[in-house]
Amino acid sequence: MARKLLLTHIDVPGINTFEVYRQKGGYRAVEKALKTLTPDEVVEEVKKSGLRGRGGAGFPTGMKWSFLAKPEGVPRYLVCNADESEPGTFKDRYLMTHIPHALIEGMIIASYALGANTSYIYVRGEMMPQVRILERAIAEAKNAGFLGKNILGRGYDLELYVQPGGGAYICGEETALLESLEGKRGNPRIKPPFPAVSGLYNCPTVVNNVESIAATVPIINEGAEEYAKIGIERSTGTKLISASGNLNKPGVYEIELGLPVEEFIYSDEYCGGIANGKRLKAVVAGGSSVPILPANLILKTLKGESRLMTYESLADGGFQSGTMMGSGGFIAFDEDQCVVRNTWNFTRFYHHESCGQCSPCREGTGWMEKVLHRIEFGHGSFSDIDLLVDVSKKIEGNTICPLGDAAAWPVASAIRHFRDEFEWHITSGQEAQRRNYGLAHYADPLEPVAS
Amino acid sequence: MLSVKHNEPVEFTEETLSKFAEIVARYPEGKQKSALLPVLHEVQATYGWLSAPAMDSVAAYLNIEPIEVYEVATFYTMFFLQPQGKYALEVCRTGPCCLVGAERIMKHIEKRLGVKEGEVTPDGLFSWRGVECLAACGYGPVLQIGPEYTFYENLTEESVDKLIEELTEKAKS
Ligand SMILES: Cc1cc2nc3c(=O)[nH]c(=O)nc-3n(C[C@H](O)[C@H](O)[C@H](O)COP(=O)(O)O)c2cc1C
Ligand code: SF4
Ligand code: FES
Repeated sequence: MARKLLLTHIDVPGINTFEVYRQKGGYRAVEKALKTLTPDEVVEEVKKSGLRGRGGAGFPTGMKWSFLAKPEGVPRYLVCNADESEPGTFKDRYLMTHIPHALIEGMIIASYALGANTSYIYVRGEMMPQVRILERAIAEAKNAGFLGKNILGRGYDLELYVQPGGGAYICGEETALLESLEGKRGNPRIKPPFPAVSGLYNCPTVVNNVESIAATVPIINEGAEEYAKIGIERSTGTKLISASGNLNKPGVYEIELGLPVEEFIYSDEYCGGIANGKRLKAVVAGGSSVPILPANLILKTLKGESRLMTYESLADGGFQSGTMMGSGGFIAFDEDQCVVRNTWNFTRFYHHESCGQCSPCREGTGWMEKVLHRIEFGHGSFSDIDLLVDVSKKIEGNTICPLGDAAAWPVASAIRHFRDEFEWHITSGQEAQRRNYGLAHYADPLEPVAS
Repeated sequence: MLSVKHNEPVEFTEETLSKFAEIVARYPEGKQKSALLPVLHEVQATYGWLSAPAMDSVAAYLNIEPIEVYEVATFYTMFFLQPQGKYALEVCRTGPCCLVGAERIMKHIEKRLGVKEGEVTPDGLFSWRGVECLAACGYGPVLQIGPEYTFYENLTEESVDKLIEELTEKAKS
C-alpha cells in the first residue's frame, strides 16, 4: 500500500466533522506551528519540503511564499483557489467534501506563515454544497478556538471566509480570481505587478490551490525532511490524481509521486485498467490544457523508459513527445474514442471560457472551434490542418494570461500525434461520422485485458 | 420560489437583507462590492433568476452603479437573465463526460422534456442546458440543479427518467 498523507483517514466515518478529525490527530499541525515555529520557520519548512503548487503550474510553494511583499501597516492576504474548473480535475471538490478540515487546518498554517489576518477560500459557484460544508467546518474550528482572536493564546488573529464564484473557468487564473473576489468580471490582470506585491485590494497576496494548502498539514506534522523523502527528484510528496474517462475505477487517488503511469492505469489499487475490456488509445495526463499523448508515449518515453507520475517524467520529451503534470486531471481514452471530436469539444470549451480581452485568444479559439467542427463533421480540407497549427501558434505566447496557451496546446498536440486521424476525417468524411478511426500505430502496447 | 415579471420592482425581505449584511461584513471597510457574487446568488436562489429591477436593487444596496451589477451578471454563466423552469437541469457537456456518454444523455433529456436547450417546458417545471465541466468528471455523466446545486452522477437514461418523475411529483405536493 502506498503512503497516504492527505487521504489517510478518508474512510473514517464522520471525518468531515471537527470532532472526529481532531480525534484522528487533526489540528496538531496548527498547534505545532503556532507554538513551536515562527512564521518564517513555517515558510522555511514548506520550502525544504519541495512542495510544488498543485493547481497546475507546479511553482514551488515555499518560494512563492517568500516572495510576498511585507510593507509596514498594509494587510496581506491568503486566497485559496478552489475554483477547480479545469476539465478532468475534481480532486479539490473531493477533498473539501470529505475532509474539509484538512483545508481549514492548512489555511490556518499558511495564513500564519504569511502574516494574513483575513483569508478567503474562493470556491467555484457550482460547488454550493461544498461552500456550506466549509462554512460549517469554519464555524466548528472557530468554536474550538482555532480561528478568531488570539488563536491558542498565541496572539495571532485569523478570520476565514468562503466566497462562491459565478461559473467561469477563467476565474481559476489567479488574477482573474482576485478581480472576481473584488466583485468584478473575471478579466485576468496584466502582470507585473504580481499578486505577491499587489493582489487583493492592491495588497500583497498569495494565491494557492486547495491541495497545496492542505499539503502543509503533513509537512508540518511529519517535518519537511520526511515529506521530501517521498517522491523522486524535484517531485516530492504525494499528489491527488483525478482519474476519469474510460477506466474501470475512475475517481480520486492519492499517489506517491514517482508511481509508474502503467501501474496507475492497470493496477487494482488504482484505476484497474481500461473499462469494458477495451484498449487504451490516448491519455490527457494533467487536465484538458496539457498535450494529449497516444498510449505508447504515455506508458514509455521516447527513450523507452517507463513513464512515471512526476513533473519531470511526464514532461520528458518536451512538447514533441511529452506532456505535463498540470492539475493531475488524468483522462483516459479507449479505442472507441475519436480524437478529433474530443479536440473540437475542448476547443469549444476554451472559446466559451475565453474572457475576450485579447484578440488572439478570443478570435483564435473561435476559429479553431469552427475549423475543428467542420473537420469532425466531414467538411474539412487538408489545408484546414495546417490552418489549425498556424492559428494555435499565433495564440501561444501572445496573450495576457495562459488560457491562450492552454487552448493552443491540446490542438497542436492532437495534430502532432494523431495527424492521420485528422486526415482520415477529411478523406473519408461520411465514414468518419459513423465509425471511429481506430488504434493505428499509437495503440496500447499491452495485451488487451480479457473482459 | 417567487415569480417576478421583467419590470416588477423588487424589494428584499428583512431576512434577505440580514443575509446581505452578513456577507458584506466579510470584507474590509469600503470593499462591499466584493459581496456582489454571493449576493446575486442569494437573489437568484429567492427569485429563480435575475431581473433588471432585482439587479438595480442590488446596486442600490451595495452602493454601486447598476452597470457594475449588469456587467458581472452577464459575465458569469451561473446567473440567469431570463426565467427558467422551476428545475433547471444543467448537464455537463465537456470532454471527459462525453467519453462516458454525456451527449447521449443530453439528447435523451431533450426528447424526454420535449423542449430544446434553453427553453422551458409548457408547465413551467423544467428547463435544461449543457454547461462546462462541473469537477465531477470521474462520476460522469453528471447534471446539477440549483439553487442548492445538488449533483446527480453516473447518469443513465433510466436514472434521468426517474429523476424527472420524482421532480414532477415533488412539484405537485
Ligand atoms: C485559465 C486558468 C485556469 C486555472 N484554473 C485553476 C483552478 O481551477 N485551480 C487552481 O488551483 N489553479 C488554477 N490555475 C492556476 C492559478 O492561476 C494559480 O497558478 C494557482 O492557483 C496557484 O496555486 P498553486 O501554486 O498552489 O498551484 C489556472 C490557471 C489558468 C491560466
Ligand atoms: S488569454 Fe484569453 S482568457 Fe486570458 S486574458 Fe486573454 S482573452 Fe482573456
Ligand atoms: S467533464 Fe463533466 S464534470 Fe468534468
